[in-house]
Amino acid sequence: MTDEQSARQIAQDVAARKRSAESVVANALDRLHAADNAYQLLVALDADGTLARARDVDRRIAAGQRIGPLAGVPVAIKDNICTSFLPTTCASRILDGFRPPYDAHVVEKLRAAGAVIVAKTNLDEFAMGSSTENSALRPTRNPWDPQRVPGGSSGGSAVAVAARAVPIALGSDTGGSIRQPASLCGVCGLKPTYGRVSRYGLVAFASSLDQVGPFATDVHDLALVLSVIAGHDARDSTAVDEPLPDYAAELDRPPGKLRIGRVREHFAEGLDPPVAAAVDAAFETFRSLGAEIVDLSLPHAPYAVACYYLICTAEASSNLARYDGVHYGYRTPRPADYVDVYAASRAEGFGPEVKRRIMLGTFALSSGYHDAYYLRALRVRTLIKNDFLGAFRSCDLILGPTTPTAAFRLGEKTEDPLAMYLADIYTVSANLAGIPALSIPCGFTPDGLPIGMQLAGPLFAEARLLQAAAAYQSRTTWHTRAPASNRS
Amino acid sequence: MSNLTIRPIIGMETHVQLATRTKMFCGCPVEFGAEPNSRVCPVCLGLPGALPVINRRAVDLAIRMGLALNCRIATFSKWDRKSYYYPDLPKNYQISQYDLPIAAEGHFELPPRDAGEPRRVRIRRAHLEEDAGKNLHEGLDHTRVDLNRAGTPLLEIVTEPDLASADEAFAFASELQRLAVWLGVSEGVMQKGQMRFEPNVNVAITFGGVEYRTPIAEIKNLNSFRAIRNAIAYEIDRQVGEWRRDHDYTLEKCGKLNLGWDDDRGVTEFQRSKEEAHDYRYFPDPDLVPVTISAEQIDAIRSEIGELPLARQERLRMQLALTDVDAATLTADRATSDLLAAAIAVGGDPKTLCKQFISFWSAQANARSTTIAGLGVSAPRLAELANLTRDGTISATAAATVAQKMLDVPAAPREIAAAAGLLQVRDEAATREWVEQAVAANPQAVRDAKENPRKRQAAAGFLRGQVMKISGGKANPKLVGELIERRLAEP
Repeated sequence: MTDEQSARQIAQDVAARKRSAESVVANALDRLHAADNAYQLLVALDADGTLARARDVDRRIAAGQRIGPLAGVPVAIKDNICTSFLPTTCASRILDGFRPPYDAHVVEKLRAAGAVIVAKTNLDEFAMGSSTENSALRPTRNPWDPQRVPGGSSGGSAVAVAARAVPIALGSDTGGSIRQPASLCGVCGLKPTYGRVSRYGLVAFASSLDQVGPFATDVHDLALVLSVIAGHDARDSTAVDEPLPDYAAELDRPPGKLRIGRVREHFAEGLDPPVAAAVDAAFETFRSLGAEIVDLSLPHAPYAVACYYLICTAEASSNLARYDGVHYGYRTPRPADYVDVYAASRAEGFGPEVKRRIMLGTFALSSGYHDAYYLRALRVRTLIKNDFLGAFRSCDLILGPTTPTAAFRLGEKTEDPLAMYLADIYTVSANLAGIPALSIPCGFTPDGLPIGMQLAGPLFAEARLLQAAAAYQSRTTWHTRAPASNRS
Repeated sequence: MSNLTIRPIIGMETHVQLATRTKMFCGCPVEFGAEPNSRVCPVCLGLPGALPVINRRAVDLAIRMGLALNCRIATFSKWDRKSYYYPDLPKNYQISQYDLPIAAEGHFELPPRDAGEPRRVRIRRAHLEEDAGKNLHEGLDHTRVDLNRAGTPLLEIVTEPDLASADEAFAFASELQRLAVWLGVSEGVMQKGQMRFEPNVNVAITFGGVEYRTPIAEIKNLNSFRAIRNAIAYEIDRQVGEWRRDHDYTLEKCGKLNLGWDDDRGVTEFQRSKEEAHDYRYFPDPDLVPVTISAEQIDAIRSEIGELPLARQERLRMQLALTDVDAATLTADRATSDLLAAAIAVGGDPKTLCKQFISFWSAQANARSTTIAGLGVSAPRLAELANLTRDGTISATAAATVAQKMLDVPAAPREIAAAAGLLQVRDEAATREWVEQAVAANPQAVRDAKENPRKRQAAAGFLRGQVMKISGGKANPKLVGELIERRLAEP
């Protein structure tokens, strides 16, 4: 992406009336159409409404109103984030056509900052998956190789940015659903600290793990969006009332002398050699930036995936109970009786992965198994948190691979849920611990597929994470590369 | 049957609707009788993406009730999801408190009955939760759901099985309601379902040296005190009857069961056995943060509680030598009881005030379906009326008339009495004239008084009444008595 397509440049130009929001958005809509034809990344798009909202921004500017830092910036939104002006379906049949009567907190914040929401993007149904193949609509394809998955669950948002259709997209990250597709699509993605961004209006998958975060092509735009969407919201009890730094301004400050942790467990069996090599090279880059590399262990890391899949399914089984055919959403056409309204509506409305997780979670919470599964998982979660607390006593940030491999082929893992779950092996720990983590591009495989690396930091250390990532991007050009057909 | 003793064992679960303006987890107003589904929002509708936020007022009220029930208040309490599918439950889970209730391990002293000992009912726990909506069954083929009530804050109070009879359960339920209303914790209107009771009933039967326990029956959703008494009495008889037919009708062999109460037919009806009970799959609600309550907060709430109704009832009874019933009437509601105290504090005569509260003031309140406090008469005016009566400035009969007028006219009681010509006349000449009229009109009474010592007192009393009547209540009773005595002493 050329600099003129970055969110910060667009916002500057639109605010200064060098470009109109309408022209920027019209251009984004064209690109989205083209990208959607190629990669099937959209769930909903309303060109007329979107252009009207862009003209609103232009009018606000013309009228001399204060406009926020995202003036005229087109943003794509994962379709599990509520919008009153576009349907919100979670790529599920059970919410087919559902239009919320309200906007999510992050949507309000973006619009107040002058951004224009241009589309709702595809995802694994209810954000459950790592490839966007679990969408009830259709799978999304990776722009670097359309035979491969974009990752998931926020695949549509990652592709929208990777294909340079929009500078910014929002996703949600429960176990890696922003970082893993960012890695597989060669873009930047940030999962903030749990509680940094209000979840109000994010359709819950696993409430104690879910967090909204941005995709962008570089760290500066990530910082810009985070400053807009983060902050306290009285409507989310788990949103933390912590001081909110100006993340974009923080980037201009050097990160200082960093101690970067290298986790032994990250470089064990299962890590693809090209990925290992790219991440090792990144350590060298940081060393050349003056960082000290600290070798360390997260001893409970091997249990993270098991722990994660017990907790997220338990919470999901409860969060998804409300989709019952009674109050809204899909209802079976001819129920035999009232119990059948529930049973048949849910059987017909949910896809196989969602059903699998509801059943796993129901089992883990059921009487007689609750202690052995759910409670034990909670205890392991505490151990994993403590691992990080210990690690951050000896280092400032942890660097490692985001995913064990680059993008895999469509259909490669759909028959093997366990293999699919292992795609999250490096990302789930940050959700379990609640800490912030981001993925940025750090190389390519010999086949030309992007490789991502993950930086994780202590709670509310987003500024330091972004500073380190910006320092890395000042020395490297991986993030500037776009897939061949989308180079502008 | 010989040597058979039965001992009912009764515990009570009570749902108390808290008197908050808004719902437990959203800002929707709590309002009875509004247009269906008009008091709802994304949160209480359970829409995707909506999140609950705790109503701190409900937490404060729960603490207040917990303290009044002598409970230990949890400094750390959390929220749990209770899962079950029902159309009136939009999320298909209820936010409740499972293992860390806000209050626990309390007790409530029931006043002694029939010169017995006071009864201590242990409170096991009291926890906060949200109410469900209402299913409106309309005919055979469809049901509509009204979610106005969904999310209304409830405090569920659970006792240990310490109640020993239907009457005791009745007394407990009504005292609990008085307490909740007294404290401002609930409006406690039974007809609006603001207090709902679920007694657990079984019977220990000792026969031939062996103790049998009948199955524990939970009678669901009773919302009148009379239904509580009748349902429990019925259920005790039913269980003993079942056991007489079959000694295997025991808790051990038959388990627990849920019953409904048919108020029209006066019978309990089987709903389901507890074996069919749901697995509620409780787990901590990840959308809510735990509630931490500081010692200062508890102390602040404790300091607002003041004297509880039973304590005040007992104090009034002792201080003013009242009967139990009168003392209870004077402490039926806090505002009225406080008004009485205020009227005494500004110098009103306590005995006369009590008499007037119990007689005409409570009649006026009943006639207007309110409490005495609800009549809106100020403490100084109440005190003045009482003192006018005590001093003999107006008669007791006239006081009732003045009271009636006080509700419509803001003037001082003395002015009202004067305007209505109800001030007593101390004029001796006028009074002597009324006495002469009474004597002339009642020669038989005069004869009885003079000649029959056994009838003297009654006859004199009769004549006093006649004088009061002739005077239209204006004569001073004391002066009338003196003049009659003097007149009867004349030859």
